[in-house]
Amino acid sequence: MHGTRLVRYALLRLLQAVPVVLGVVVLNFLLLQLAPGDAATVLAGEAGGAPPEYVAELRARFGLDQPMLVQLGLYLKNILLLDLGYSFRNSAPVLDLILERLWPTLLLMGATFVLSVGGGVVVGLLAALWVRTWRDHLISVVAVIAYATPLFWIGLMLILVFSIWLDWFPTSGMEDVVAFNEGWARIIDIAHHLVLPTITLSLFYLALYTRLMRATVLEQRGAEYVTTARAKGLTEGRITMRHILRNALLPVVTMAGVQVGALLGGSVVVETVFAWPGLGQLAFQSLFARDFNLLLGIFFLSACLVVIVNLMVDVIYVLLDPRIRVGGA
Amino acid sequence: MNAAPTATVSAGPILDISELSVALPSWADRPQAVKQVSLQIGAGETLCVVGESGSGKSVMARAILRLLPEPQVRIVDGRVLLEGEDLAHADDKRMRAVRGGKIAMIFQEPMVALNPLMTIGRQIDEILEAHTDWGKAERRRRVVATFEDVRLPDPARIFGAYPHELSGGQRQRVMIAMSLVLEPRLIIADEPTTALDVTTEAQILSLLKELQQRHGTALLFITHNFGVVAEIADRVAVMRRGEVVEHGDAEEVLTRPRHPYTRALIEAVPSLVPRKGIAGTDKSAAEPILEIRRLDKIYGRRAQGASWLTRWMPGLGRGRRQAVHAVNQIDLDVKRGSAVAVVGESGSGKSTLARCLIGLEQADAGSVKIAGNEIVGLSRSAWRPLRSRVQMVFQDPFASLNPRTSVGDIIARGAILQGEAPDAAMSQARELLTLVGLEPKAAERYPHEFSGGQRQRIGIARALAVKPDILIADEPVSALDVSVQKQVLDLLDSLRRRFGLTMLFITHDLRVAAHVCEEIVVLKSGRIVEHGKTAEIFADPRHEYTRALLSSVPGRDWQLRLVGSSAGPGTD
Repeated sequence: MHGTRLVRYALLRLLQAVPVVLGVVVLNFLLLQLAPGDAATVLAGEAGGAPPEYVAELRARFGLDQPMLVQLGLYLKNILLLDLGYSFRNSAPVLDLILERLWPTLLLMGATFVLSVGGGVVVGLLAALWVRTWRDHLISVVAVIAYATPLFWIGLMLILVFSIWLDWFPTSGMEDVVAFNEGWARIIDIAHHLVLPTITLSLFYLALYTRLMRATVLEQRGAEYVTTARAKGLTEGRITMRHILRNALLPVVTMAGVQVGALLGGSVVVETVFAWPGLGQLAFQSLFARDFNLLLGIFFLSACLVVIVNLMVDVIYVLLDPRIRVGGA
Repeated sequence: MNAAPTATVSAGPILDISELSVALPSWADRPQAVKQVSLQIGAGETLCVVGESGSGKSVMARAILRLLPEPQVRIVDGRVLLEGEDLAHADDKRMRAVRGGKIAMIFQEPMVALNPLMTIGRQIDEILEAHTDWGKAERRRRVVATFEDVRLPDPARIFGAYPHELSGGQRQRVMIAMSLVLEPRLIIADEPTTALDVTTEAQILSLLKELQQRHGTALLFITHNFGVVAEIADRVAVMRRGEVVEHGDAEEVLTRPRHPYTRALIEAVPSLVPRKGIAGTDKSAAEPILEIRRLDKIYGRRAQGASWLTRWMPGLGRGRRQAVHAVNQIDLDVKRGSAVAVVGESGSGKSTLARCLIGLEQADAGSVKIAGNEIVGLSRSAWRPLRSRVQMVFQDPFASLNPRTSVGDIIARGAILQGEAPDAAMSQARELLTLVGLEPKAAERYPHEFSGGQRQRIGIARALAVKPDILIADEPVSALDVSVQKQVLDLLDSLRRRFGLTMLFITHDLRVAAHVCEEIVVLKSGRIVEHGKTAEIFADPRHEYTRALLSSVPGRDWQLRLVGSSAGPGTD
């Protein structure tokens, strides 16, 4: 019975997300209209100048000469039919372009998520257990530094130290394209390429979750149910693992759900630094090419991604915390 | 310092505490939480340790099991002998064997004392897992048997339930089951009934007494309530600022207290006999200032959130929550200048009624007239001119004052919003502070600098600042120590006479109601079950629920005896 209620809740939430995503689409569309220039001027500019008639003809071909509201209506209609349009710049359907770049981004985000949340929980717990010792202070100082350092600088420094000086990891890309690896060899190759970008993108979040976890564990340690557990004659280890850990995880899960959207934003910088062939890099390129169809497609997909991840976090939350009832209004 | 124990302990004590001292950290208000305390508890005996907040009674109880937040708070001196073994110097491994095995503990607030994310059964099973080598099935049998022992309904369901799914009384039964499961030699109960309703409290107390007799367990019972002492104690120790000031046989201490502090505490217990001369003005002539007709408030009927969706697809968001009829067809007239107590247990709808009257909740149906003005269905702006007519004193003085606002601003703000000039409002705030027994200087200070009783005085001054006709006091003393309770009640009573206020006094405690109100309304499940003059209700309660409330008051027999014998406490 609990299961069916959870499924119903998930479906309800997905339906509720539809207007949210459409709102995001409209907002993005209008915002992009504010940007100066369009694909036609960029194409003409790259050709080294072109007569106004040619630019006008390009505009007509891309449908850019229509009134803005007509363009918006057309775009919304296409979105509802899951048609993301055509990228004239890349001469390919937007959906194909995005799907090709989607999985590298998901791979990078997934690895970062696991490393930052998992690492943050473990390090934060350790810091709380070692509270007010030199180990705790060391963790706190390192966390503050990681928290305060810009992403791109960390990326560049990691490349400098681990790729150029030590030559342990490749400098850029997702795989060694000329090696034509197959099967396991390819997986290992990709994992090898993944290390530096993941660390770069993770450090900030790792520091964030470490600090949050440390604070909540300390808070939970003072809770009355911990005294009860102690009065039962349990060992400190059992109290920590069975009682404190799960209660302390709840705020971290909440925070992780909120941060997924920011993770997507951070990946633009990291993908650019490491030439990682993901959505972030694609977004960066399409922005400068004024390839608005492609950009809007990426935004649409990101919005969907964030909605889905948030839903997943909420479902995890329901599974972790029996006090949250779903289905009941 | 200690009075010599008057009662003899039979056949050697289970627990022998001698000269126990517990140090507090340097920033605390005194160097030692517990000073040179010596107590003994024999097998099957109940020792009550009584004291107000800050007396060190809870620290002393936790020190026995070494559950103190060491090293800031730690035992610095003395011995805690459990059947001859000194626990004050035992190592961690030995302490773990004692905790839950030989000495078990019951805490005040079962909601926070249980892990919210773990099933009840698992939380008790843990004790058996830590202390025995029984198999899983055997442990489960034992836990279920203990649930039956404490008379929890449907033990198999409770085993798999989470704490939030049980009622307060059930949760406390679970805590008792938890303490009993290994048949310890001693149970320490730290205010186990303070968070419960009177009728539930009475049940839990009789359960504890019965189980203790059946299992022969010694019981160390921490409380602030002398009524509870009268119910269960064999011997009593009274603590004040970390020291035992009086110690002796329960009967002796309750009827012939020697130490002035004990006497003060006993006197502060609200009397079971309504005060005489409370009637005040002749109210038959006064017109009703508050007229309530068929007032209704239902919670949880409408589905919340996702409403646009559930309107199209009702199946999707169908709520399972039951509607709660918090206020059900209430009719009540309150005459100008009278004081009416609304008495009920948690969930009776008494607070909801108060919140409807002051506009914090919108009633669903019915009518409320304040001096002839209908308030049900008023918009916020239409309410504003009426705000000065009704004011409320809230329950928790620690949570109801904004910690970042000075006391003067807190009091003056209401009057300023009603159009008073800021300077005039401020000087009026100072006068009000004097009126409620505080220094006018207090206006410049902040709420955290005051004690609970002083904060409640500030709350009263705040309510009076807009010169209301009606004062609604929602459990204004339930968060305070008994001795402070009495002072605040007396203050409310004198202010009401002085300003001719009409008072609606919301409380769960019939004795408190009798202290300040000439009329009592008894609420149960949102309905008025009895309404009448305080003296008549106390003398002859008609409704069985009122009778249950009255007979559940802890220490009732003792109090009646005190009144019966012409020499009351402290007058021998």
